[in-house]
Amino acid sequence: MQDKNVLSENLSALKAKIENELDVLKSSKELYEFKNVYLEGKKSKISELMKEMKNLAPEEKASYGKSVNELKEWAMGRFSNMEKRVKELELSRRYEKEKIDISIPAEPAKIGNLHPVTLVRNQLIDIFAGMGFEIFEGSEIETDYYNFTALNTPKDHPARDMQDTFYLSPEFLLRTQTSAGQIHVMEKKKPPIKILSPGKVFRSDDDATHSPMFSQMEGLVVDKGITLSDLKGMLDVFVQKVYGEGTTTRLRPSYFPFTEPSVEVDCSCFACGGKGCSLCKGTGWIEILGAGVVNKKVLENCGIDSEEYSGFAFGIGLERTAMLKYGINNIKLLFNSDIRVLQQINDK
Amino acid sequence: MILPLSWLKDYVEIDVTPEELEKKLFDAGFEVEEKYELGKDINKVVAGYVEKCEPIPDTHLSVCQVNAGEQGTFQVCCGADNVKEGGKFPLALVGATVYATAKDHKTVEGVATIKKGKLRGFESFGMLCSGVELGLTEDLYPGAGYNGLLVLPEDAKPGEDVKPMLGLDDWIFDIALTANRPDCQSILGMAREVAAVLGKELKMPSTDYTETEVKKEGFTVSVEAQDLCPRYSAHYVYDVKIAPSPAWMKRRLALVGMASISNVVDITNYVLKEIGQPMHAFDCSYLEGNEIQVRRAGEGEKIVTLDEQVYTMSPANLVICDGGKPVALAGVMGGLNSEIRDTTEGVIFESAKFARDNVRKTARSLGKNTDASARYEKGVDEYSVVLGMKRALHLIEELGCGKISCTHVDVNTGNSIEPTPMKVSIQKVNSVLGITVPDEDILNIMKRLNFNPKIDGDELSIEVPAYREDMLPQGEDVERYPDVAEEVIRMYGYDHITSTFMPSAQVTMGGYTLRQKGELALKRTLCSMGIHECMHYSFFSPSDLDLLKFPEDAKERNAIQILNPINQDLSLMRTTLAASMLNAISRNEKQGILEGRLFETAKIFVPKSLPLTEYPQERDTLCVGIFGQEETFYTMKGIAGTIAESMGIVFTFEKKEKTFLHPYQTVSISCQGEEIGYFGKVAYDIQDELDMRTSAFLMELDLELLAKWYGSKIEFCPLSKYGEEKRDLAFVMDKEITYGKVEECIRKANKYVKEIKLFDVYEGGQIPAGKKSMAYTVTFEPKNEAFEGDTVQKFVEKICKNLKNELDIDLRA
Repeated sequence: MQDKNVLSENLSALKAKIENELDVLKSSKELYEFKNVYLEGKKSKISELMKEMKNLAPEEKASYGKSVNELKEWAMGRFSNMEKRVKELELSRRYEKEKIDISIPAEPAKIGNLHPVTLVRNQLIDIFAGMGFEIFEGSEIETDYYNFTALNTPKDHPARDMQDTFYLSPEFLLRTQTSAGQIHVMEKKKPPIKILSPGKVFRSDDDATHSPMFSQMEGLVVDKGITLSDLKGMLDVFVQKVYGEGTTTRLRPSYFPFTEPSVEVDCSCFACGGKGCSLCKGTGWIEILGAGVVNKKVLENCGIDSEEYSGFAFGIGLERTAMLKYGINNIKLLFNSDIRVLQQINDK
Repeated sequence: MILPLSWLKDYVEIDVTPEELEKKLFDAGFEVEEKYELGKDINKVVAGYVEKCEPIPDTHLSVCQVNAGEQGTFQVCCGADNVKEGGKFPLALVGATVYATAKDHKTVEGVATIKKGKLRGFESFGMLCSGVELGLTEDLYPGAGYNGLLVLPEDAKPGEDVKPMLGLDDWIFDIALTANRPDCQSILGMAREVAAVLGKELKMPSTDYTETEVKKEGFTVSVEAQDLCPRYSAHYVYDVKIAPSPAWMKRRLALVGMASISNVVDITNYVLKEIGQPMHAFDCSYLEGNEIQVRRAGEGEKIVTLDEQVYTMSPANLVICDGGKPVALAGVMGGLNSEIRDTTEGVIFESAKFARDNVRKTARSLGKNTDASARYEKGVDEYSVVLGMKRALHLIEELGCGKISCTHVDVNTGNSIEPTPMKVSIQKVNSVLGITVPDEDILNIMKRLNFNPKIDGDELSIEVPAYREDMLPQGEDVERYPDVAEEVIRMYGYDHITSTFMPSAQVTMGGYTLRQKGELALKRTLCSMGIHECMHYSFFSPSDLDLLKFPEDAKERNAIQILNPINQDLSLMRTTLAASMLNAISRNEKQGILEGRLFETAKIFVPKSLPLTEYPQERDTLCVGIFGQEETFYTMKGIAGTIAESMGIVFTFEKKEKTFLHPYQTVSISCQGEEIGYFGKVAYDIQDELDMRTSAFLMELDLELLAKWYGSKIEFCPLSKYGEEKRDLAFVMDKEITYGKVEECIRKANKYVKEIKLFDVYEGGQIPAGKKSMAYTVTFEPKNEAFEGDTVQKFVEKICKNLKNELDIDLRA
């Protein structure tokens, strides 16, 4: 028969041992080994103590069993606390090992940009498409008739001097204005017409501020009862969408053969709000486009009854708009494909 | 158009500041490009009376006591030879600004500020000035050309600002005029507008003169080419005395940048600037045959112009001839043979209208641009032809330099110089504007503009002055209400236009077409691969065709030529985008940018015939150019693949040859059996020629062909319910066998093959010489039922068998 006291001492000894050894455990591996030695399995110290039960007197068994179970419960509790601590420790050690220099620069995935002119073009198309404008892209090579004559600029007209034209033959030329395409539209389509014609145009001009090729966007509205006031109303909406809510427009007299009256349109300077700055050269206004009421001869040239219908047209230079918007100071930069320029300008 | 306000004031009272006038002109459609005070750089210069003047011994200098009235009396040292006691000269006070001159005392070298000085021990508080130092010339102010002090008038009050007395307070406006208003290309023309905007009366210049009874017997004018000369008038003036012009005329010509020559010649120039009518004066004694003929020049006919240049003409040029020879190039310049000399006694004055386009062509083709031709190119009206002649004759009389005969010839086509009546509906005028301008304002505005308006109900009757050719009825267009609307609103003020938003218009559907959407989506796909969009000129250089080594008969050489290019490098319409892209890459490399990706979408131009007789094809084309160490044939192939995938199509690639690309790294791109483009590596010799340090790859795709797949319908494929099976297979084959061939054979062998992925290519080691190993992961996808037991194994066996039979390929053990 085992002496109850001896067993009790054994229990105390094991408890002390567990207490000491558990505290020094440092890794999952040690934890695992410890668990096998003391707590789990038939050969563990706890199990061995339990096995002593068979050597006890029946009346002592209950209290002994209880003591062993209490010890086990206590040990498991301590163990799982320890296990938690070690796991946390291990995790933090693992993280620490993966400490990196977060200041080393990373190579971002390269994203290409649309050309500044395309960006402006898309922005304008989005605005005008919302007002019911269709997009029509005409051809870059045009006939004298569509580029000039139909637009009320016959051969001897002084306005031809305003635009130095590239000729390809006596009849064919590089269009000097996107208005040329509108004649094609008006010949085919009857009012109501709301057309936006973006595209490249050409003038024999090449210096610091002129490029022999540039982009225009021409808008045309033909319907019943269209007036100069409608032009102003639409342009007000347009400049507010492009340049911000508070922007206003100013019309002043100008001359284009295909509109009568013709106007230059200025918008209040979006850099200074109209107070005067270097961008607007102190005037508070920035010239943004030319426009006017469609000359009735142009309508008649296209077989549209000018007594029944009227319209307005406007033409915007896209390079100029892009240069103003992005602060690009030289038009040549837009055609130079310099990646250092292109990568700076995106949709934001 | 240069407009001195002092001259303008002859015809209209100006009671506003130059700034206010500028604003009012701007609102009425006349942009003042530049305005400045003539004496803008001259400040604090007053009239000085020399009370005492003593020479400084052994120098050319004098020490003067100069009385400047309320400003005080100042001691000034002066070196001019005409300084004297009792003289009145301009005195620049300490702190004044005047022009600094070079040693010659004539050349202006910027603006100087006068400081207190000391000369030979004498203190000097200011400077007595010459005309040049005040920015004056002899023509601007008599005596200003003298190399010494400018002598002020006797009545100059000491201490008074000299600018008003010397005319330096004059303002000069430079006005931009639109092409529809040639009638404003003169001082009088602008005076009409200024009078209208200020609501002042216009005072017409005097045009009266007295004709004597003297006749030039038998003198005739004949106009053969009336299409180029609708009106020609000539008037004989005799007893001419050639002399210098009076100071006032010299000054005015100087203000508008013209040199004074002699009274008669100056009168022609004065009328050109004042009335806007070019005039010419012929010395009668050098005219043969007592006649003037206006005709087209003969082929090869020659003329020597006033400036002693010889021009060879053709029937495209209009000439003025006497009985035998050309004496003037019409509208451009007179001939040397009949020029006004000091001895001239009889003059034929010419005032004419020549066709603007013809003068322009003559001036351009002969490279001879004059004040007269510039004026004619803008358009001269017949009203000024008549007015100009009258004014010139008046000035002859006023200057007393000749007598006016009664020989006057006017050859015209019957065009009236009287106003033309026109009636327009006021309601229509307002309907253009979208606002209602009160009748009385319309009446007032049209009156100010000399249209002599009357209103009766809705009817506005006006009389269009003959000089307003832009407003005259044209053919059937007799009711020019939009033009009237423009006149009304530019005077009424554009700020009266209220904003409306097409209240009467119908709703229309807007937006992009499918094609436009497709192209935009394509551009975004390209951007997502790090490719920047760029834009190049639609023209290129013949040397680009040589750079790309296109053979003589290549379609790219069939390019449309610009007849008048800026230079040869910009003389052909593009037939390929490749050259511009290559040049763009080369430019980037020259800037030290050694890697990058670019694309351009633009048109290439394919003529149906040359020279053009019908519209050429304009084919939308995409060009991609990539360069740098990271780029390979396969990165470009990946770009092509992504384009195809983004559109839900598949590209196939076949070996291709291009003169400017690598012989073994160039392929055609096809879609559904149709060739739509190519890509490849830029040939090394071209790379060297462009000094490119890294390899570059180019792709061109014909978007006209690709466009049919824009916005293709997407068909959803349900996910297979059954699991896929993958097998890794390594094969040993002849080195020449391509991946493409192997893939084709595998796919043919089994319809369940979904994907074939090459993961290793290996040569050497255990692989026999001349052979290579290629390892693939083949994915099989079940269709209607799951694969059973050894199904996939059987597939593999079949694949191996086919590969062996067709390509002699072995499965690697």
